[in-house]
Amino acid sequence: MFGIISHKLVASTAGGSPGQPILRAAVLAMMSNYSTATKQIMVREALNSALDEEMAADPTVFLMGEEVGEYEGAYKVSKGLLRKYGPQRVVDTPITEAGFTGIGVGASCHGLRPIVEFMTFNFAMQAIDHIINSAAKTNYMSAGNINVPIVFRGPNGPAAGVGAQHSQCYAAWYSSCPGLKVLAPYSSEDARGLLKTAIRDPDPVVFLENELLYGESFPVSDEVLDSSFCLPIGKAKIEKEGKDVTITAFSRMVGYALKAAEILEKEDLEAEVINLRSIRPLDRSLINNSVRKTNRLVTVEEGFPQHGVGAEICASVVEENFNYLDAPVERISGADAPMPYAANLERLALPQVEDVVRAARRACYRSVPTATTA
Amino acid sequence: MAFWLSKSRSISSLLGKRIGLLTILHERNKGSFLHSRRDGVFRYKNSPEFSTKSATFSATGQRFKSSKTGEQVELPSSDEDDDENQAVDFPGGRVAFTSRMNFTSESSGKRIPCFRVLDDNGYPIAGSIFEQVNKEVAVRMYSGMVTLQIMDTILYETQRQGRISFYLTSTGEEAINLASAAALSPDDVVLPQYREPGVLLWRGFTLQEFANQCFGNKADYGKGRQMPIHYGSQKHNYFTVSSPIATQLPQAAGVAYSLKMDKKDACVVTYMGDGGTSEGDFHAALNFAAVTEVPVIFICRNNGWAISTPITEQFRSDGVVVRGQAYGIRSIRVDGNDALAVYNSVRTARQTAINEQRPILIEALTYRVGHHSTSDDSTKYRAVDEIEHWKTAQNPVSRFRKWVQGNGWWTDEDESEFRSNIRKQLMEAIQLAARKEKPPIANLFTDVYEENPPNLVEQERSLGETIKKHPQDYPSDVPL
Repeated sequence: MFGIISHKLVASTAGGSPGQPILRAAVLAMMSNYSTATKQIMVREALNSALDEEMAADPTVFLMGEEVGEYEGAYKVSKGLLRKYGPQRVVDTPITEAGFTGIGVGASCHGLRPIVEFMTFNFAMQAIDHIINSAAKTNYMSAGNINVPIVFRGPNGPAAGVGAQHSQCYAAWYSSCPGLKVLAPYSSEDARGLLKTAIRDPDPVVFLENELLYGESFPVSDEVLDSSFCLPIGKAKIEKEGKDVTITAFSRMVGYALKAAEILEKEDLEAEVINLRSIRPLDRSLINNSVRKTNRLVTVEEGFPQHGVGAEICASVVEENFNYLDAPVERISGADAPMPYAANLERLALPQVEDVVRAARRACYRSVPTATTA
Repeated sequence: MAFWLSKSRSISSLLGKRIGLLTILHERNKGSFLHSRRDGVFRYKNSPEFSTKSATFSATGQRFKSSKTGEQVELPSSDEDDDENQAVDFPGGRVAFTSRMNFTSESSGKRIPCFRVLDDNGYPIAGSIFEQVNKEVAVRMYSGMVTLQIMDTILYETQRQGRISFYLTSTGEEAINLASAAALSPDDVVLPQYREPGVLLWRGFTLQEFANQCFGNKADYGKGRQMPIHYGSQKHNYFTVSSPIATQLPQAAGVAYSLKMDKKDACVVTYMGDGGTSEGDFHAALNFAAVTEVPVIFICRNNGWAISTPITEQFRSDGVVVRGQAYGIRSIRVDGNDALAVYNSVRTARQTAINEQRPILIEALTYRVGHHSTSDDSTKYRAVDEIEHWKTAQNPVSRFRKWVQGNGWWTDEDESEFRSNIRKQLMEAIQLAARKEKPPIANLFTDVYEENPPNLVEQERSLGETIKKHPQDYPSDVPL
């Protein structure tokens, strides 16, 4: 399995994220935080290795989606899998999200474990009836007779310059639905561990990846590279400990939160950065424990502000630890508008590191609170 | 509409070897038929005013003057097979050229005929070849149809009396229900729409089990989570009924994919109505099933109505059977009110599906005698005598009865005894189901996930405490 990783690193010709040098540098700079690191692998390779290992271990696991076979994946996540496992286990589907999602659910009802890949979760909206009504609710409505051990995966949220119909974040939508489990990895370790757990899980799992993270490299320990490595669902991770303010984030925003934490450190504000990893179920106890320690909370997400993930976290903290809060909860989210295309507008429609920093300062009364993020 | 090319004589020399164009003229003058490579038949008016008005384009894009009618052109070859040499390997395969611009007609002119074996009076049609069913199967099929009829009548009334919240009958479609079920093996996986409880009945679901589901009591296999008629039974290989229309179709293709990988001697059978074929899922399911070559039988109960939408407003094709070919699926149209025809076609379909690992489409023509459901009054959108006609003259149950009785396997005494027996059993089952305890509150929280997550465990505990604290606000007969 090490061989696969090194082979992938050597042969990797896959396109990385389009021009995010700042983020890459930031990640490399953070390498020093991972003291047990031995190797660096890209998120895309982490996902590929997870798929490969799970398919090798369990013959009922199969991958289906548009371009997953011959094209090796729209983002090359399924590279080499068709060659290895054949067309019965890596199925190139016709262009019908509703169709192949329904087919995947049907297959999972009868003993197979499909992994349905959506080119982006925006396109999954065409299949959302099958995700919610056919997958999420079936175990319940069939009184436990029909299990749906399916994984829906694909890139979620904004990429770079792809416009409104390719940039929505669906974490809040799926997380509101009982019967689903919703995961959002950040690093390669997250990607590997959470995907393996998702595939082994008996319930339907929505696995929200991020296109811009595919090409990011993260250090991984030997433990992570082991084929039995799994991360538990429902457990968040404290990426950086702190005592002054809690910042929760998931997916790409974890990187931004860490960068913000670095800047805040220079102002003697120690932020505790929590990588949610699991949006449903939410690790409420870890978040609440952190807020009890820091007394201030900033939630960060790329999605639309109303009814977002941050709203649920805020409600949870207010309900359980109202007396521990020393400041109102700050929610950082994407703009309440369909994603514009122009690069300057897109930048303003998404949270930036500065927004997180300013929010943390406001929560710590280091700046005057304002209604807008400007 | 067919187009034809008319051209002036001078051009013919220019085009030289392009005899394709001339072929059309020749054929036009042969008669009023244009033969095409497909089986479709094109007719066009061979009238004078047509030809003078026409002006069409050749491959070179030049406009020709119309020629006068009746102009004979001598041709070196009158055979359109000369086109055979001209074919191209497009993606998808070799395709022969034609220089005639022909639009395939929207309808083939003649409707696909309907397979039937018994006539309206239950006599086998002379010359029909079909697999006979033996006495045991025939009596079982017939008694199942009668049971379904009685079950529908009584449970419908039960809803009208306010004892259950909802019901949906299969009146008029008993033959499709029982005959298709009889043609399958217990290993075949069934994904129903909602008008196929007869399949479950055939497989051994008891009247008590049906009643329990409708009343949502403690013995309901659905644990009280579904509306009435949303039956499901793992041991009978019958997937739980799901309300959204046609979602079971791609799921069936998926189950068939799993069966194919298992190499089992079994197939998947899924049902839908005429309305369901308009859903996008229908298209995806059939297309995908054909591409993945899986053993699934799609049975469409074309009963003429999708709630209030008649089939004239549902599609413009010749029903559903013609769509099979569009997806590369072998299809048949069968008289859904002829139990033996349905039995035979499903038997053959099953063998084909499993032996050749391919999907089959069966369109069973029938009529929805009842209302769509207890939430519908169909007299609001259709004539009462239309309903009466199908209820009496075209009743599938009495038609099959005539055949079964004709063979000496059933008598009028058997009939009245059986009917009163079933009625009694059902009334008892209903009484029992109504009296039975409701499901425990724990059922609210289980099966959301495979394992109860901590938040639900907490909520259940919290609810239990609240009930204990305020027992007067909660029904006393509902267990925790």
